[in-house]
Amino acid sequence: MATTLPRQPAAKWLGIVLIAVALVVLPFAVDATLGRAWVRIIDVALLFVMLALGLNIVVGYAGLLDLGYVAFFAVGAYAYALLASPQFDIHTSFLLLLPLGALITAMFGVLLGAPTLKLRGDYLAIVTLGFGEIIRIFLNNLNRPFNITNGPQGITLIDPLQIGDVALSKTFVIGGITLAPVHSYYFVFLLCALLIVVVSLRLEDSRIGRAWVAIREDEAAAKAMGINTRDIKLLAFAMGATFGGVSGGLYAAFQGFVSPESFTLLDSIMILCMVVLGGMGHVPGVVLGAVLLTALPEALRYVGPLQKDWFGQVFVDPSDLRMLLFGLALVLMMLFRPAGLWPSKIRKREWTA
Amino acid sequence: MSGRMSALLEAKSISKRFGGLEALTDVTLAISRGEIYGLIGPNGAGKTTFFNVLTGFYRADHGEFTFDGEPLYAGAPHRVAAAGIARTFQNIRLFGNMTALENVMVGRHVRTRSGVIGAVLRNAATRAEERAVHEHSYRLLEYVGIAARQSDLAHSLPYGDQRRLEIARALATEPKLLALDEPAAGMNATETATLRQLLELIRTDGTTILLIEHDVKLVMGLCDRVAVLDYGLKIAEGQPAEVQRNPAVIEAYLGGALA
Repeated sequence: MATTLPRQPAAKWLGIVLIAVALVVLPFAVDATLGRAWVRIIDVALLFVMLALGLNIVVGYAGLLDLGYVAFFAVGAYAYALLASPQFDIHTSFLLLLPLGALITAMFGVLLGAPTLKLRGDYLAIVTLGFGEIIRIFLNNLNRPFNITNGPQGITLIDPLQIGDVALSKTFVIGGITLAPVHSYYFVFLLCALLIVVVSLRLEDSRIGRAWVAIREDEAAAKAMGINTRDIKLLAFAMGATFGGVSGGLYAAFQGFVSPESFTLLDSIMILCMVVLGGMGHVPGVVLGAVLLTALPEALRYVGPLQKDWFGQVFVDPSDLRMLLFGLALVLMMLFRPAGLWPSKIRKREWTA
Repeated sequence: MSGRMSALLEAKSISKRFGGLEALTDVTLAISRGEIYGLIGPNGAGKTTFFNVLTGFYRADHGEFTFDGEPLYAGAPHRVAAAGIARTFQNIRLFGNMTALENVMVGRHVRTRSGVIGAVLRNAATRAEERAVHEHSYRLLEYVGIAARQSDLAHSLPYGDQRRLEIARALATEPKLLALDEPAAGMNATETATLRQLLELIRTDGTTILLIEHDVKLVMGLCDRVAVLDYGLKIAEGQPAEVQRNPAVIEAYLGGALA
């Protein structure tokens, strides 16, 4: 649907090259202007792009409201953390671990999906919410009787992404350009995020994607058309979970530390907001939603110092302001752009019709 | 092929009960290849229940279906569709936010194979399959006469076109038996006439049709044979003209006092 715009091939390639150059230059430009903290924020935004695209498969395409999606992020992160840290003194290569983590989270996706197959809407939301909490509480308590997850202390000293002696946690200088860890990780994350974007777009415009949307639109009619709704829904859960698992593994390697408190209900809701705000079921919209909702709260941090500069004192605490503005933005969005900031053409028509 | 007239679908003593309500009692009927078979009866007679049992949406309490020589798997609509029975719904159930063409393409799902890996890799086989799905679906839109609206969202189509689209989508599953639940409901005389032509064309092209319909004129003019349900019982079966004269049928439709 969204993939093939009627455009001149030359113009299209020029566009792709320009975007590619911009994406390569971006972290260095940001580093030089806004500072290194913002490169880190971009890295996190890319992780959230992967998460939001994963949830988009479940919520946007298949229409299954999942309020516990962060659980897959957690499973992916812990899978990596446990198998690449001093916790068990296993140090597996990420080249093996990321696919393995994806596979494990896919299995968890099916595990969650199976009991919810007959549920819809509110009921499905409650069960998935419960699943998200179960995972977090398990991670929090699996330090007794055997210490597996190290409980609330979390797992530290997780191996960075590393091939041979080249670890991304080191700073390199190549041809006069300083490549700090945040830069190197940026390129890895960008590659993974682009891969997930392409997979999402291709799935959307395929037999499987149409089956997902058909289930979202009318499950009974989908069944009557010969779609095995059980398998196709489980596939949506598994695919969505896979993206979350990849993102989780990268997150664990990037931070070097994971603990259960990074995977709360609020995080699930944030990811859902990215999907809904951006434009459910529309890949560019979801990417935009993920980037905006990661960057905006960070940008609002500057409001505190700004107040001090202008008025000599801080009237509104920036962290209060963030939640206030965020809530306001959500309400306004739902009132004026219910299909999201950047909905697909078809969905836009649906709301203006 | 056996010596007797080859029945495409045989229903043997189908019974279905909802709590205290006997929705279908021992309904037995056989539909021959190539015919248009009408299922009529007053409201609440069990016609739609029969459809739902046949297409796997409900499980029969008793009785079984034989379709094309094989027992029909009960309780799994997608397997019924794969076996070759496609249905439409009394209150149209399209995929509203998909285009007309995409709706029909969904109908091709059961006759195509490509999965996640094919979709992601877009290999030659998948691309060929997608092209075929696309072409086949477009031809079906032409067949039912709404090709001009291929890129319109299904829910934005006029009522009559939605009915046609639902038929096109059902045909996309390559059914041997097309089961239509009140396709003419809410249509005006002109629309009903074009629908009738379409159904005759579908039959001529080799698809057997099971038709639930309230429009008596349409049923009498179109169907080769008709069965009448009343309170879950089959009270008559035969050619339209003779069924029309059957006292039990007249009583069921007009009430006991007049019979």
